[in-house]
Amino acid sequence: MMTRPGKVRWALIIAALALLEGACRLGFVSRQTIIAPTAMAAGAWQALGSAEMRGHILITLASVAQSIGLAIVVGFAVGAALYRLPRLRRTLDPFLASYYAVPAFVFYPVFIVLFGLNRWPLVAIGFVFAVTAVIINTLDGLSRVPRGVRRTAAVMKLTPLQHIFFIMLPAAAPWLFTGAKFAVVYSFIGVIAGEFVLSGAGLGHAIAFAYNSFDNATMYGLMLLLFLIVGGINMQLWIWEQRLYARRGGY
Amino acid sequence: MPGAVDIDPAVPAAEHARSRGWSALADTVLLITGMLIVWQVATLIIGHEVLTSPLETARRLSAIMADPDFPAHSWETGRAFGTALIIALAGGLTIGVALGAHRLSGQVAAPILVALYSIPKITLYPVILLLFGLGISAKIAFGVIHGIIPVIIFTMNGVRNINGVYFRAARAMRLSGMQTASNIIVPAALPEIVSGFRIGFSLTLLGTLIGEMFASQRGIGYMLVKAMETNDVATVMALALFLIVLATAASSVLLVIDRRLHQSVIAQSGDSQ
Repeated sequence: MMTRPGKVRWALIIAALALLEGACRLGFVSRQTIIAPTAMAAGAWQALGSAEMRGHILITLASVAQSIGLAIVVGFAVGAALYRLPRLRRTLDPFLASYYAVPAFVFYPVFIVLFGLNRWPLVAIGFVFAVTAVIINTLDGLSRVPRGVRRTAAVMKLTPLQHIFFIMLPAAAPWLFTGAKFAVVYSFIGVIAGEFVLSGAGLGHAIAFAYNSFDNATMYGLMLLLFLIVGGINMQLWIWEQRLYARRGGY
Repeated sequence: MPGAVDIDPAVPAAEHARSRGWSALADTVLLITGMLIVWQVATLIIGHEVLTSPLETARRLSAIMADPDFPAHSWETGRAFGTALIIALAGGLTIGVALGAHRLSGQVAAPILVALYSIPKITLYPVILLLFGLGISAKIAFGVIHGIIPVIIFTMNGVRNINGVYFRAARAMRLSGMQTASNIIVPAALPEIVSGFRIGFSLTLLGTLIGEMFASQRGIGYMLVKAMETNDVATVMALALFLIVLATAASSVLLVIDRRLHQSVIAQSGDSQ
């Protein structure tokens, strides 16, 4: 059963697609600029059929997965360490807050010289993009654990490990989850941006290559696939997040 | 006299705040020194042809800034960023207030906005280029699509959380839609709006620079991508340092305003309860 906003949303999206389709088919929009949504879908289907394109997609997904894993582990560890060092944290705060104003992928050439011409510079870029979001959210989550809950833990004389696993982690879970969600988003952005700039493989490279060879069907097809992949992952994470909130008694 | 009790400890509190301010400043200086040391050590370990040292980077930066071409490049970037920022903030504020004040529109738009926020917008660069052509309008468009969405999302959430009594008061006073927006909604949601502006500022800068890297022959982004292509690490590091210092300084100012506003709202709601 769909809610009323859900129905309106789908109606809007379908209307917008139909409008674009009509404008393209009737020639209001130049074919060199935007192609019809059905042509995009056809391009996406064709790309999925080609072994080369599947290779590009898989290699991107593998790099993104590595970057997400590293960002979550390192970001969580650094966030937890900073939580224990409030003075360092206070000093670091303005730097963390302005982190995303700096285009981190300018360091891509440095990573290439450092790691060689392989996938690791891309993983490093994705990691550098994602790790700060995880640190910020871990810090937020840990510092919002209610004092009462921590006092209860002290009254029950929990060991430090029990304190972490039974008190801090469950209480901070929504923020930790948000951090993980941002890690997914930023890893995709970092890896794809890196592939656009300087890379011989991957989805970003394939899109840039299609653009440079005026192959609009492939370009829009690959973009559609990318947005479907990223959108699908985000939607799934969002559903899990709602369940997580519901289990906590919901707010 | 209950007031006298309050006045007495006020002086030590102010002094305390001042000394805390000084020690925070000392901590920041200490932190920056620490970062420079780590940077220097990293240079020594991996070699200065890969990572130039802090001193070399500073020297290169002053050489770049002394270059007669530099003012034109930075003016180009500043102009594109300024225009994009104005469009992103004004547009985001207008759309955010409208979506926040109208319940159904907000519910319809929220998931779409979050989805748009999470896609890697760099992939849209061919589309932007096809639509706007090479030049300053493509850069501005790139800055706007990065910056406007967080402004909309934060403003919308801020407006949605406004106490319903305010809206009833506006209706009782028969305020027009514009009057309600400017006299009730914006002041009441100001802390969230400033938080949105802060994130919008960062992302608009990022978007403008990305736009320059791909769609321009001028500006700091163009200088960066040229240095990247010729593997000129010293220039890359110098420009990155320049951007980091500027972005951190601007962001710190916005962060202070942001924190003040949030605290004053907490203080006010604390008074009334």
